Parts: sequence; structure tokens; C-alpha cells
Amino acid sequence: MKLAVCARGEGLGAQTDQRFGRCPYFVLVDPVSDEVFESIRNENAAAAGGAGPQSAQLLANRGVDAVVTGNVGPKAAYALKAAGVEIYTGIEGTVSNSLQKYKEGKLSLVSDATVQAHSGMKNDK
Amino acid sequence: MLKLAIASGKGGTGKTTVAVNLALALDQDNVELLDCDVEEPNAHLFLKPEFQSCREVGIPVPSVDLDLCNFCGRCSEVCAFNALAVLNDQVMVLNELCHGCGSCAYFCPEKAITEYKRPIGVIESGMVGKLKFGHGRLNPGEAMSPPLIDAVKKMSSSERITIIDAPPGTSCPVVTTVKDCDFCLLVTEPTPFGLNDLDLAYHMASKLGLPVGVVINRSDLGNDRVEEYCHNKGLPILQKIPFDRELAELYAGGEPVVLHRPDWRSRFRELFERIVDRQEEVLRQ
Repeated sequence: MKLAVCARGEGLGAQTDQRFGRCPYFVLVDPVSDEVFESIRNENAAAAGGAGPQSAQLLANRGVDAVVTGNVGPKAAYALKAAGVEIYTGIEGTVSNSLQKYKEGKLSLVSDATVQAHSGMKNDK
Repeated sequence: MLKLAIASGKGGTGKTTVAVNLALALDQDNVELLDCDVEEPNAHLFLKPEFQSCREVGIPVPSVDLDLCNFCGRCSEVCAFNALAVLNDQVMVLNELCHGCGSCAYFCPEKAITEYKRPIGVIESGMVGKLKFGHGRLNPGEAMSPPLIDAVKKMSSSERITIIDAPPGTSCPVVTTVKDCDFCLLVTEPTPFGLNDLDLAYHMASKLGLPVGVVINRSDLGNDRVEEYCHNKGLPILQKIPFDRELAELYAGGEPVVLHRPDWRSRFRELFERIVDRQEEVLRQ
């Protein structure tokens, strides 16, 4: 099982990021062993457009099974679904905290967008 | 014949006023006016042309044949605008991001991509008496205006003087509009915003190697900084239009000034002569 957590930095200690397509890093972890496979710098964070689908493609290519995020927009949700990547929302604190919540079943599995297009941009305060 | 772009960094300085009145002040059977501000064309409100033709304009966007596609991801890799995402056994095409460059179809190793035209707007053309007129209307919500602007410019007939009303600003739509013109007339106003955006527009025009002249609208308001700027940069001020209630009233009523004020007809003819003189002077240098 490979989980991608939206984060602002690398590793388990990094703060999470509420945005999917434009989060600065994806921390790829094994939720069973807590092992970090890798922290990927998200090149799509500064894209003019299409950050969501590109990020979905990035994760699909890395064989990610599920993404853990704050929110997901309509195009990203469509792309993740197409790629067969599950979407969990409700992260907070560090990557480690969010991993814990995932394991406790406290995150919500969603099948559609939780926000409108480009809403993630407003969350970066 | 001369191809003259009327541009400005700042919006609302009087581009359309200058373009429309300049066109109407000259010999009508020798002039053509093209409104390239396709996001909000307004020259037709003053000219009230009779449109004789209307044509849809589109840009080529990809269509992927999933029977031929092997999901290698090459199309997504070569797209500079993130318009394609390859997701396992699906290809997501984001039409609104596609610039129509054709790279995806060209590089697809399986030849699985064909292109079809996605409509982005229309171009309309017609006459105002003997004056030729053309403009473009971008579809609402559409972000990709340069291909439509190119289509408006292609209507230009080389045997007439072409006056082009540009969109405001200094980004892609404006560059597309002014790039192959012979002269760029920059309309500004004597305010801090007017000066700041004149500076941006002047830099853009210089980078494109265009000869430039300035019109200062509402010239008796504000301060002298725009004039100082023009003086320091060696930019010729080719006309000043004072703030005049009658001109403003005519504008608000959708009436071209030169049709009601013969004195302004002469002034716009003089402006045109100064533009031609300046352009020839720059060519000689």
C-alpha cells in the first residue's frame, strides 16, 4: 500500500498542505510500516493551469494507491478517479499526525470534488 | 499601406476614441479599422457597421483514439500547457488549457492523436459607408484570445491604411495585435497609473522594434510627469486631447467626435500626418 500525503516539506515531520494539485511536496508512505518511500517535490505547484490532473498523473506513475489531502477540486477528482487513486480528506498537523488519523479511520473517503475549481489557491495563507 | 496599432498599457485611456476618430477623419475609401480587442470589442458601438459576413474561428485541439493509444505519456510530456494527463488507461484532455500548437499529435509515436477545431469565437466584417470594418468576438469564458486576434488581422487588406484598435495591457493579446504593425500609437493619460502603464507599453513596443508615438488624453488634468517621461525617453507626443465636457458627452452617446466637430476632424488628420512623418523619420534612421 502506497499513500501520498500532501505536505509542505519532506518526511513524516513536515506540515501537511490542504491543497492537492498545488501542494509543494507529496510524501509517499507505507501506512502499515510508517516507512517513507520518498518525498516528491511537486513541480506542478506553480503551473499556470492543470495542476490537479498533472499531480494525479504524477502519483499514478509512482504507483500510489490513495492520496491524503485537505481538499480536491473537480478536475483533480476526475483525474484521480480515472487513475484509480482513492481520495481521503481531513488532514491536519504533520504528515505523521495525518497518517495516524488515516490508520484510525478518521479521514473521509470521498469520490467527488470537495471544493470548486481553483479553491485551493485561497487556502495558502 | 501603413498598418497602425493604437495601444495603451492602461485601460480606459481612449484607444477606441482615437482609433475610431482617426479612421473617420481620413479618406474613407482608403481606410480600414480592425478592432482586435476581442474580449470586449467596442468600436462597433461608435461606427454602427452593417456586418456582411460572420465566420466562426477555432483552434485545433487533440482527440485521442484509445484503440491506438498505448498510454506512453509522450503527449503529456511534450505539452507545455498541461492540457493532457495520461492516467493508467485513460487520457484526460483539458481543452481550455490547449493552445493548439499540435505538438501532441506530432510527437505521438502511435499516431493516436488527431486534431479537430474547437470554436473560440467569431470574426465579423462589414462596411461603415466606404470605411471597411472588422472585429472579433471571443466566446464568453474563453481565455485563449490570440488565435482569434490573428484571424481578425488576416482580414486586413493591404491596399488600405489599416488602423488597429488593440486590447489594453502588455500581455499576449496585445503582443499578438501589435507585433507586425508599422507603428504603435500609445494612448495615455497624465496620471500615475497612466505613466506606469505607458512605461510598460513603451518597453513592450521597443522590444518588438516598433516606432512609437504618444497621445495624451485628458491632457489638462493630472500632472506633468507623463510629458517629462516622454521628453526624457525621446518619445514624440503627437497629440494632446484636453478634458472637454462636449467630447465626453459625445462619447457617452456613442457618437464619434469628428462627425460633430469639424475642428477635431482637422486635428485627427494632422495626427495622422505626424504619425506618417514620425514613421518615415524612424525608417530613415
